[in-house]
Amino acid sequence: MNLNNDKGSMSTASSSVTVSDQFPAGLRVLVVDDDPTCLRILEKMLGTCLYEVTKCNRAEIALDMLRTNKNGYDIVISDVHMPDMDGFKLLEQVGLEMDLPVIMMSADDSKQVVMKGVTHGACDYLIKPVRIEALKNIWQHVVRKRKNEWKDLEQSGSVEEGDRQPKPSEEADYSSSANEGNWRTSKRRKDEEEEIEERDDTSTLKKPRVVWSVELHQQFVSAVNQLGIDKAVPKKILELMNVPGLTRENVASHLQKYRLYLRRLSGVSPHQGNSFISSHSQEPPYGSLSSLSGLDFQTLAATGQIPAQSLATLQAAGLARSAAKPGLPMPLVDQRNIFSFDNQKLRFGEGQPQHMSSGKQMNLLHGIPTTMDSKQLVNLHHSAQSLGSLNMQASAHGNPSGQSSPLLMQMAQPQSRGQILTETSGGQVPRLPTSVGHPILSNGAAGAMLAINGIGENSRGTGYNSVSQTSSVLNFPLNHSAELPGNSFPLGSTPGISAGMSTLTTKGGFQEEINSDIKGSGGFMPSYDIFNDLQQHKPHNWELQNVGFAFDASQHSNSLQASVDVTPSVLVNQGYSSSQRNVQNSNVSAMGKPIFSVGEGSEHGIALNVGQHLNSLLVDNSTRVKSERVTDTSCQPTLLPQHFGQEDLMSAILKQQQDGLGPAENDFEFDGYSLDNIPV
Amino acid sequence: MENNPLHQQIATMRQSFLDEEILNDQFIQLESMATEDDPAFAEDTVSLYFQETTKIIATLEEEFVKDPIDYNALEKCLHDFKGLCVSIGASKVLIEVNKARACCDNGNIEGGKAALEKVKVEQETLKAKLDSYFQLVKQS
Repeated sequence: MNLNNDKGSMSTASSSVTVSDQFPAGLRVLVVDDDPTCLRILEKMLGTCLYEVTKCNRAEIALDMLRTNKNGYDIVISDVHMPDMDGFKLLEQVGLEMDLPVIMMSADDSKQVVMKGVTHGACDYLIKPVRIEALKNIWQHVVRKRKNEWKDLEQSGSVEEGDRQPKPSEEADYSSSANEGNWRTSKRRKDEEEEIEERDDTSTLKKPRVVWSVELHQQFVSAVNQLGIDKAVPKKILELMNVPGLTRENVASHLQKYRLYLRRLSGVSPHQGNSFISSHSQEPPYGSLSSLSGLDFQTLAATGQIPAQSLATLQAAGLARSAAKPGLPMPLVDQRNIFSFDNQKLRFGEGQPQHMSSGKQMNLLHGIPTTMDSKQLVNLHHSAQSLGSLNMQASAHGNPSGQSSPLLMQMAQPQSRGQILTETSGGQVPRLPTSVGHPILSNGAAGAMLAINGIGENSRGTGYNSVSQTSSVLNFPLNHSAELPGNSFPLGSTPGISAGMSTLTTKGGFQEEINSDIKGSGGFMPSYDIFNDLQQHKPHNWELQNVGFAFDASQHSNSLQASVDVTPSVLVNQGYSSSQRNVQNSNVSAMGKPIFSVGEGSEHGIALNVGQHLNSLLVDNSTRVKSERVTDTSCQPTLLPQHFGQEDLMSAILKQQQDGLGPAENDFEFDGYSLDNIPV
Repeated sequence: MENNPLHQQIATMRQSFLDEEILNDQFIQLESMATEDDPAFAEDTVSLYFQETTKIIATLEEEFVKDPIDYNALEKCLHDFKGLCVSIGASKVLIEVNKARACCDNGNIEGGKAALEKVKVEQETLKAKLDSYFQLVKQS
């Protein structure tokens, strides 16, 4: 796929991810077969189809290649019988770890073997000798998978039709689908009309989804507090909130997440988070992030729009995290939320470029246990192709930030809260300019947000924000010290994004900043910035952007390719500060790039990719896209309440931070929730 | 030299391969995959085929005299052999290979050994024909 390879496509992040005109030319195929004649022939045939071929005669080697270059391939073709590993085993591994479409082939055409291929999840089975006609159409599997991933994401709530894959630009795609919730839309309109509208326009699928914007979440939290956490039942909460169109089920699931989040905060490294981290963290510290991201996503997704309550968001993220099972690909529902966060978060990033660079973000992230392990990443990937992938990818790739769960992570970091608050507030909070409603919120969130919002949108700077956010988020998780439970929100304000972002950012940029605690996340600081920047942009952009960033971040890690290339350096504070600004509008492309790539390459399937071209057909990395964004957005947990519904969340978070911190210059929405409120 | 006669000769040879079912359409496909920077693609692939199948035949011969017989190893070898045959379209060799496989599946080692001998014969025939064929092709 050209998407992947073509980093340039990312540059168009802001406008739209440009899919290669020659699609499917450039599709990156990995062929695995111990038969050299077959390898040779396939290589030739695939080359004739204008695909980019990589040969491999050993399954183990192929797996290594896939692992190290997570977003480096779009599809795998493997022989069934190989000396070192059974082809079906390879098929399973690839499906689990990278979620790439795998085509099996063999000279054996017996029904049993073909059936085995089907049951093991092969997307196709070719009988040797393979004809070129059969190979010409393998791209359909890539597209289909991404499409499904998008759908999953959407279901989870945040992603709109991700199908946009071929069209990277659709930032709106994500955002629109994510913002299906009618009330969301209205909320969004308040804050960021354009985003929503954009999304609506672009997304062909409008699924009614509840996007937990910052405002909404704020309402939710206040209702819960009013009732008392013990007595808060969905029915009553619903009544108190009095939000038209919100169902008891929505509230119930959100409440669940919230509870988990709170539990997490209080436990500071709740088992979940820890477990996530440990279980998931395939990679060192970063791994944890990933797990978080997975969780975060959920949370984020769920909390999607935490009204001005960054904390809430964070909490949600935290909840999400806990809720998110490591292995789970972020619940679809949540994912949506995450996305919404992204929007918000993205904003955040923009506003707070400074913060990010300050490395303060790091603190935030530190707190957040980034347990996103690769698994989560994968999961996220699946579910939130756009979002999840972003984060996940980022994390999966090994981004230290484990970004996927950045959102969660952030939230999870109660400890850091205080720190974050200060930090973020210092830099970012006040900053959130416009849209950055979402404080950096969990990096993951940001990432997620990005994914959600941006995927299509990217254009906004949000993408960046998310990136930064994620970074911030990631940072948290890394440390898992739960530094800022509440704070995390800001960081993770971009729930989705952060996650994605963190992964991304951690990789590169954040590291610098965050180095202190976050193992991997160091780089995330930038994510905040991203968010700030993003906030300014429409939430939609964010999503895309974030996605892009997220992906990029992952790119760093490996998967995200291309576009996202968020190159931490850029994202991370360094780049972000400057890029953030830019990002918002135009830069998005730069930042957005990542996002796009996410779409492209990443298998992430994240909505973000949609527009973008997810390099790896999301399979890997949808997060890619995000990753970029994330990083860019200088993770400033600026709460960008405005633009994105999700951003609201972010902004809310940021606000909280601000509130808590002091200089709440930004008009964050949630005033009440200062980080202090977040139970640590 | 006149290309026409040469080309004609080549075409005739090719056709005879198909008629005798020594080779099938896959071989023609291989030839069509030649490109400017890789004009001898078919020939190179065929060389690779002979390289690999020679190894497999040697392994099979070893396996057939082992005691006890490792049927899995035999099956794996024969399966690989089959894959190679289909890759270049060596249909006659493939027929014999399949016979050998059937024997082994039935536990008929003697039958398998005999089939292997036939495989070798077909291989030799194929190799000789293709060698001269490619000689002509190179000249053209």
